[in-house]
Amino acid sequence: MDFFQTLMALLESTIRVSVPLIFAALAGLFTERAGVFDIGLEGKMLGAAFAAGAVAAVTGSVGAGLLAAVLISVLLSLVHGFASITQRGSQIVSGVAINFIVAGSTVILGEAWFRQGGRTPALSGDARFQTITFPFAEELRGVPIIGPIYADLLSGHFLLTYLAFAMVPISWWILYRTRFGLRLRAVGENPGAVDTAGISVIWMRYKAVICCGILCGFAGAYLSLAMNAGFVKGMTAGKGYIALAALIFAKWRPLNIMLACLLFGFLDAFAIRLQGNPLPLIGQVPVQLMQALPYILTVILLAGFIGKAIPPKAGGIPYVKER
Amino acid sequence: MSNPYAKLPGWAEYGLIPLINLVVAFMVAGLVVLLVGENPLDAAYHMINGAFGRGEYIGFTLYYATTFIFTGLSVAVAFHAGLFNIGSEGQAYIGGIGVALACLWLDQTMPWYIVFPIAMFGSILFGALWAFLPGWLQAKRGSHIVITTIMFNFIASSLMVYLLTRVLKPLGSMAPQTRTFAEGGQLPKLDWLLAIFGLDIGNAPFNISFLLALIAAFGVWVLIWRTKLGYEMRTMGHSPSAARYAGISETRIIIVVMMISGGLAGMMALNPIMGEQFRMQLDFVQGAGFVGIAVALMGRSHPAGIIPAAILFGMLYQGGAEIAFEMPAISRDMIVIIQGLVILFAGALENMFRPAIGRGFASFGQRFPVAAQKGA
Repeated sequence: MDFFQTLMALLESTIRVSVPLIFAALAGLFTERAGVFDIGLEGKMLGAAFAAGAVAAVTGSVGAGLLAAVLISVLLSLVHGFASITQRGSQIVSGVAINFIVAGSTVILGEAWFRQGGRTPALSGDARFQTITFPFAEELRGVPIIGPIYADLLSGHFLLTYLAFAMVPISWWILYRTRFGLRLRAVGENPGAVDTAGISVIWMRYKAVICCGILCGFAGAYLSLAMNAGFVKGMTAGKGYIALAALIFAKWRPLNIMLACLLFGFLDAFAIRLQGNPLPLIGQVPVQLMQALPYILTVILLAGFIGKAIPPKAGGIPYVKER
Repeated sequence: MSNPYAKLPGWAEYGLIPLINLVVAFMVAGLVVLLVGENPLDAAYHMINGAFGRGEYIGFTLYYATTFIFTGLSVAVAFHAGLFNIGSEGQAYIGGIGVALACLWLDQTMPWYIVFPIAMFGSILFGALWAFLPGWLQAKRGSHIVITTIMFNFIASSLMVYLLTRVLKPLGSMAPQTRTFAEGGQLPKLDWLLAIFGLDIGNAPFNISFLLALIAAFGVWVLIWRTKLGYEMRTMGHSPSAARYAGISETRIIIVVMMISGGLAGMMALNPIMGEQFRMQLDFVQGAGFVGIAVALMGRSHPAGIIPAAILFGMLYQGGAEIAFEMPAISRDMIVIIQGLVILFAGALENMFRPAIGRGFASFGQRFPVAAQKGA
């Protein structure tokens, strides 16, 4: 039973840390499928987390915080879009730039407005997301195995957690079963054909970038309004890059993205749990190895040793109409 | 919208456009200063005073500039072959192992001028090795260099935490760093160089690796514009298909260029480890690899542009500390914003003002055809 309890605790924290990864990786899915590479996921998430924390602290409303997060994230996406779609600049350079601008300005503005060493004031009550308890969770907890799974693993998460997991089939449906999704994917594979069909490549890519902004907004809001009670400087701590790794690891497919994010989330949760405790058979595993594992796995995958990750064909190339 | 950009005279291409982009980046940074409730002009004054006001400040400015010349060259070399090496940060970090090992081995028995070349060799070796894998993966397995180098930055950081907390740390010490090097592991300062201009270097760690950085910059110029390899690199950067037709081996160029790039990034480690701290600490690179991206973009990947760009960023780092002292609302994170803005305006948005400037030249050319021809 002890092993079962440990496993439950591990899986529960896996879900908790996977949520921002799922949102961010799905965000990346939308732009990259449309041919716009985005290494600015990290920056957008951080900017959104800050906006959410700051606005929720001032207004005391979690809704206003979430709205601010989405607005800021979409705004940053539009900057990325303007640079890489309209001005046909390098998408990578633009993403790097956004990461730095956000990393610096969240600290400067946070310090200037709240004077708490780059934090926003701690949130409580209505300014923060509350967990949702499923009906009969308490009553069913006593039932062996199924009880704890229902009461602890499925129930008792934030609204955004459920939304993140719901977004996986929704994104799949949008990308593979709607006209918008077909066009979006076409723009990433063969923009010339889309243009010939009389659809604006530029506008399609902007729409994809806006979708990315909205989802990154959710990821950021989750960090500062749900997982933590407020914004802490640099709180994304590389999650944007892990999400990027998950996106590639999942070969740009929605369901795989969820699995990859859960895997990387599990590694993260496992590494925290493992600190100081030796594994049976293997012995002491350095925490640093566990932390580096998502990146190592992605590199191995990219090298083609575990299947082949083929990016969208027109990814990274600005679209130029025929001259 | 789809017209190709007009050809501009050289001074506009390499002088005017970068300058305009830079000015816009600083104006936006000024807006952030305004938003925080401080006067941007005062901030600029404090920054310039803090960077050049005294001999000691100039020493610090040039100390930072040394670091950024190395990382800027590292990014620029890769740019010329059409590769975007975001991994200079990790390569510099790993390069530190080479420096630290050489110093730990020889510092008590050998003078600095013996240790320095060995440490330099070590830093190049380790930096190049860390860049070799992403290069090899891109060349042979087709994985994207940007993604692999990002991943390698994180792997490097985990590896270094492991090494510094478990392996390289002296017994009984709690701090994650190597022991302090004896005299053999300490580089002499360049106080005499500033003394020529009547400046006192004070405590600034401005050291001999600055000269190495200048030599490296010259070496990169020779490599790119005066050697066969450089020609092949540039061909591949301009047009991979042309390079393939000319019989240039893509695999070889990618791997060699990445190793040169990694070696240059690794050499950066000499400056902080042997020049300032005399030990290898956790996170000693402090984002210099990423500053290198801004420096390379601003310097248009030419050593003659990279050196002033590196000095400008050295000024931001040193002067930024002074602003933080005078204006508590503006911490050193302001530099990160400026760095991002420079990357945005000099990199991703470099063509934003080009059509307008092109039109300006075109209308000027219609009115004064002779003058315009001379200018071109």
